[in-house]
Amino acid sequence: MTETLFEKIWNSHVVVERENEPSLIYIDRHLVHEVTSPQAFDGLRFNHRKVRRPDLTIATIDHNVPTTDRSLPMIDETSSTQIKTLEKNCKDFGIKLFGINDPNQGIVHVIGPQLGITLPGSTIVCGDSHTSTQGAFGAFAFGIGTSEVEHTLATQTLWLEKPKTFEIIAQGKRKNPFAVTSKDIILSIIKRIGTNGGTGYVLEYRGEAITDLSMEQRMTICNMSIEAGSRAGLIAPDEKTFDYINNRQYTPKNYDELVDYWKKNLVTDSNSKFDKSFTIDVEKIEPQVSWGTNPSMVSDVTGTIPTPEEFGQNNEIQIESAKKALSYMALEPETPIVDISIDRVFIGSCTNSRLEDLIDAAKIVKGKTVNPNVNAMVVPGSQMVKHEAEKLGLDKIFKDANFEWRESGCSMCLGMNPDILKPGERCASTSNRNFEGRQGSGGRTHLVSPVMAASSAIAGHFVDVREWC
Amino acid sequence: MKPFSKIISIITPFDKANVDTDQIIPKQFLKLITKSGFGKFLFYDWRFDHDGQQKSDFVLNDSKYQGSQILVTNENFGCGSSREHAVWALKDFGFNVIISPSFADIFYSNCFKNGVLPIILNIKKIEKLLEIKDKVELDLNSQKITFGDEFITFEIDSHRKIRLLEGLDDIDLTLKENEKIRNFEKISSIVSIFQ
Repeated sequence: MTETLFEKIWNSHVVVERENEPSLIYIDRHLVHEVTSPQAFDGLRFNHRKVRRPDLTIATIDHNVPTTDRSLPMIDETSSTQIKTLEKNCKDFGIKLFGINDPNQGIVHVIGPQLGITLPGSTIVCGDSHTSTQGAFGAFAFGIGTSEVEHTLATQTLWLEKPKTFEIIAQGKRKNPFAVTSKDIILSIIKRIGTNGGTGYVLEYRGEAITDLSMEQRMTICNMSIEAGSRAGLIAPDEKTFDYINNRQYTPKNYDELVDYWKKNLVTDSNSKFDKSFTIDVEKIEPQVSWGTNPSMVSDVTGTIPTPEEFGQNNEIQIESAKKALSYMALEPETPIVDISIDRVFIGSCTNSRLEDLIDAAKIVKGKTVNPNVNAMVVPGSQMVKHEAEKLGLDKIFKDANFEWRESGCSMCLGMNPDILKPGERCASTSNRNFEGRQGSGGRTHLVSPVMAASSAIAGHFVDVREWC
Repeated sequence: MKPFSKIISIITPFDKANVDTDQIIPKQFLKLITKSGFGKFLFYDWRFDHDGQQKSDFVLNDSKYQGSQILVTNENFGCGSSREHAVWALKDFGFNVIISPSFADIFYSNCFKNGVLPIILNIKKIEKLLEIKDKVELDLNSQKITFGDEFITFEIDSHRKIRLLEGLDDIDLTLKENEKIRNFEKISSIVSIFQ
């Protein structure tokens, strides 16, 4: 019988299976952060339960942390309480924590891979929807709610209904692979399949245009699976994957043995059947810019903002959504994308804050200056990324161009720390969600790639970054 | 968890698609470390203006719908962030049932963990429900929503239904499988992070 990669991972993790019931699935890795865990630990205490496998659990602090000087006391008392609560919970339950001053601190989905914790063929959960990022390693990685965090802590398992499978084939070669990034590929996919096109499915990204990508670029793709409604997206591991994992701090000692196993087992058999399929040709993809309030509302940089009718294509609900989005975004249909001026630029988030993202953005910025009307910041995904970037002198390039160079964390992707947009401010952001108020109440978000964000910071408005390189 | 009982309530019409969990409970309210007290922040940016005054044109501020336990909404409800705080806020505000043509996966799963019933209905049935101004009776056991002498039925996974009706604790149920979990751990080599 032929099986898809997802089915193989699923089958190798079934603990209990009964007809017409959800299956009990074993969880290999549980990542914990400060926002979605306090109530879960409370539940354990209340019921006198322990953490079953502290050795498969790891915690960090990312959502709330200030990205300014960490030697100063935290101003926000509630954030500080949440952080202290996680510190206490980790101590009480014996969980390893990468705390605020730890060199391994960072966004949970950035540190998992870079520490060698994220492994092919494994099941990975975290109380955060962008856990899908780690599917780039051929893992079944998905976000869970706080009740499921508690359940995983207590039992190292979850009851799950088996999702259906959806193959996304990206074929062809990008015309300008520096300027047209994996962010543009995934935004183009979401534009076409919609924000709920993947609901109930696990996505498997396949095809030449996917295998061409580096591991960090693949993570950007899998990261945004959830914006298409899929709890998880994955990519079959290959030599690039194995090389990335090798020699990291927590790479398993039996790495060679594992690579043999992964090579033999972690492929979708030829002739396997997916429940759904979609093909995109990347040759035609341009740099993308979102104009609305969900990640399917996206245009080519050379294009214009669509009319609600063009966007909705006879679907009344979609037409109405587009009208509301344009009103919130204060944009008129048929405006050329390059005519949109911006106030802020945010380069960061679990979508685009890894070293390659910063290297590419720095290439655009080098020797130039941020437009005087724009406030721009770079927030590396982890302290390790920050450190590596500084070794390459990227901090100097950004600072010389008047970018702010910050400490790592989720920062302005969701604005739980002081990094937020003011009402009415317009931001070119490398993050993943352009929802109303996501980056600050009344703030307006345009999702773009790091090179698009960098070029718009310099120009003060969106530009076709292909003309800059 | 309290067993899910019959509900008699008016319906709150909430005609929005792609309602994300950032809207249901904005991030500035995620810093509480308890599960209670989120109701007053539900749909905060839609319910209140910048001065913290209620917006009169927002449906949840209409006194007509006060005490309603049933929210009827549009497709892809609960998309985005996995924050269970969204369900805690809806529940705390008083909603025990959310009806929509489709839900985001994580939100859907989070509902059941908190005794909130998410019902998927086709647009036709939803339109029918939205015409009803009086109270309806919702019975999970018979999977019926009754109004006057009419009713509509809904589908629900039988396993989830039993858990809601009996108010069963998931972790308790799982711990009954402890032997199987232990066997799995013995046979399958799960690599510890810290070898």
